Amino acid sequence: MTGFTGALLSQGFMQHAAIAALLAAVGCGVIGSFVVARRISYLAGGIAHSVLGGMGLAYFLGRAPFPGALGAALVAALVIGLVTRRARQHEDIMISAVWAVGMAAGVMFISQTPGYSVDLMSYLFGNVLMVPRSDLYLMGALDAVVLLVVLGFHKQLIAVAFDEEFAGLRGIPVTFFYMLLLCMIALTVVVVVKLVGLILVIALLTLPAAIAGRFVRTLVPMMVLASALAAVLSFGGLALSYGPDWPAGATITLVTGAAYFATLGLPRLRRG
Amino acid sequence: MSPVIALRNVSFSFDGPPVVEDVTLEVQRGEFLGVIGPNGSGKSTLLRLILGLMQPDTGAITVLGRPPKAARRAVGYVPQFTTFARDFPISVEGTVLMGRLGRTRWLGAYSATDRSRARRAMEETEIGALAARPLASLSGGQLQRVLIARALACDPEILLLDEPTANVDLGVERSLFDLLRAFNRRMTIVVVSHDVGFISEYVERVACLNRTLVCHRTAELTGEAIQELYGRPVHLIRHDLGGGGGG
Repeated sequence: MTGFTGALLSQGFMQHAAIAALLAAVGCGVIGSFVVARRISYLAGGIAHSVLGGMGLAYFLGRAPFPGALGAALVAALVIGLVTRRARQHEDIMISAVWAVGMAAGVMFISQTPGYSVDLMSYLFGNVLMVPRSDLYLMGALDAVVLLVVLGFHKQLIAVAFDEEFAGLRGIPVTFFYMLLLCMIALTVVVVVKLVGLILVIALLTLPAAIAGRFVRTLVPMMVLASALAAVLSFGGLALSYGPDWPAGATITLVTGAAYFATLGLPRLRRG
Repeated sequence: MSPVIALRNVSFSFDGPPVVEDVTLEVQRGEFLGVIGPNGSGKSTLLRLILGLMQPDTGAITVLGRPPKAARRAVGYVPQFTTFARDFPISVEGTVLMGRLGRTRWLGAYSATDRSRARRAMEETEIGALAARPLASLSGGQLQRVLIARALACDPEILLLDEPTANVDLGVERSLFDLLRAFNRRMTIVVVSHDVGFISEYVERVACLNRTLVCHRTAELTGEAIQELYGRPVHLIRHDLGGGGGG
């Protein structure tokens, strides 16, 4: 652990990783609470996996992966949301399609790119020790967008997540705000992919919020507690992984999963 | 005076036999109307048509002289089945505050006016003490009052309730109707119920629905008249079922 503290104080890459963990934690807490409360973690998983298509395309075109990931996540969110609503397709089928097609497209793009093959594992499982400063700015910007949107429109977003029919009867444009929520999930997914990779996103997006939901009763405190938990757990995972040189993303996910299973044993707070 | 709700020759079906057929009904301002009928008689559908959640196949509906969708903000609705997850992380107050949507500002938090209006709605429905409680911890009767408070927070001119007593016991049922009678002093109320005898004690007029509609003033209704009113359309449906149809 002293090795970790030393690295944190002296090594730029470790400072970047720590900042990335904190930035991801904010999105996980705020948007993860919506995902857990609205029970759309499968949808969030679909968006996360489709990100590989965008990263693969960016790699094929010789561009940075980050904008590709962002574009793919937004397209996936809009396709899942709009097609489900307009074409009356079952949402889980649509999510499965986007999930698998996105990943397959990514693998196809990467296979067709000549030259030295990209480290697919770092896309899938993250490589937080290699986050450049420019990516931190992008992560911070996405977090800022998510926070501003949630601060500005939390009444509508909560109403749509809670009871769409009633929100519609009150004159709220339900489809618009549901799509806005899915886009916020997409932005958060892209931030978290930087930390733990696209396969493990779903753990950080749901488990801290699920733990928080056992101890607080309303959405806003749940967001705050989930953000704090996500920060502590991902920071803890990062520290734990440093000494034995374990993969950071997997360690963070295991720490988060262990915390989740451990709290299942605690009595649930029902009223207070 | 023009009616606040007007349905003219309204029919509706879900890709099959009509659920509501040729219904003509007017509700006057300040009225307390009970809509009764057996299960599957189209009562809930009638409310959903008035709310503009469904469009009639034929006929016309106006609410406050406007198309249903345009009048929605002036209508409070208490659904029969909760259309949300009971364990959603939200408090009673947070739920009631949602009634302010459509009247409150777009950006940021609810205003002080919204909060005082929600507070009043909770006190009127006698759930003020539950304000901070999570929704998941409430009994069926308490939840029903929360839904009524949410509808009241809309400051509605018309209150529509779909089987408000379906999941509550008789004592609660009685006081619920006493509450509604108090609200009736300032708003028009339409209550859907399957319980003929009970509802006729409270409302001014019952409309019996079984796909089509027959109206009677409560004052004229004796037990026998209710039986006849209720029985005849039931008989009609049985006849239709015998003919191979369904409803």
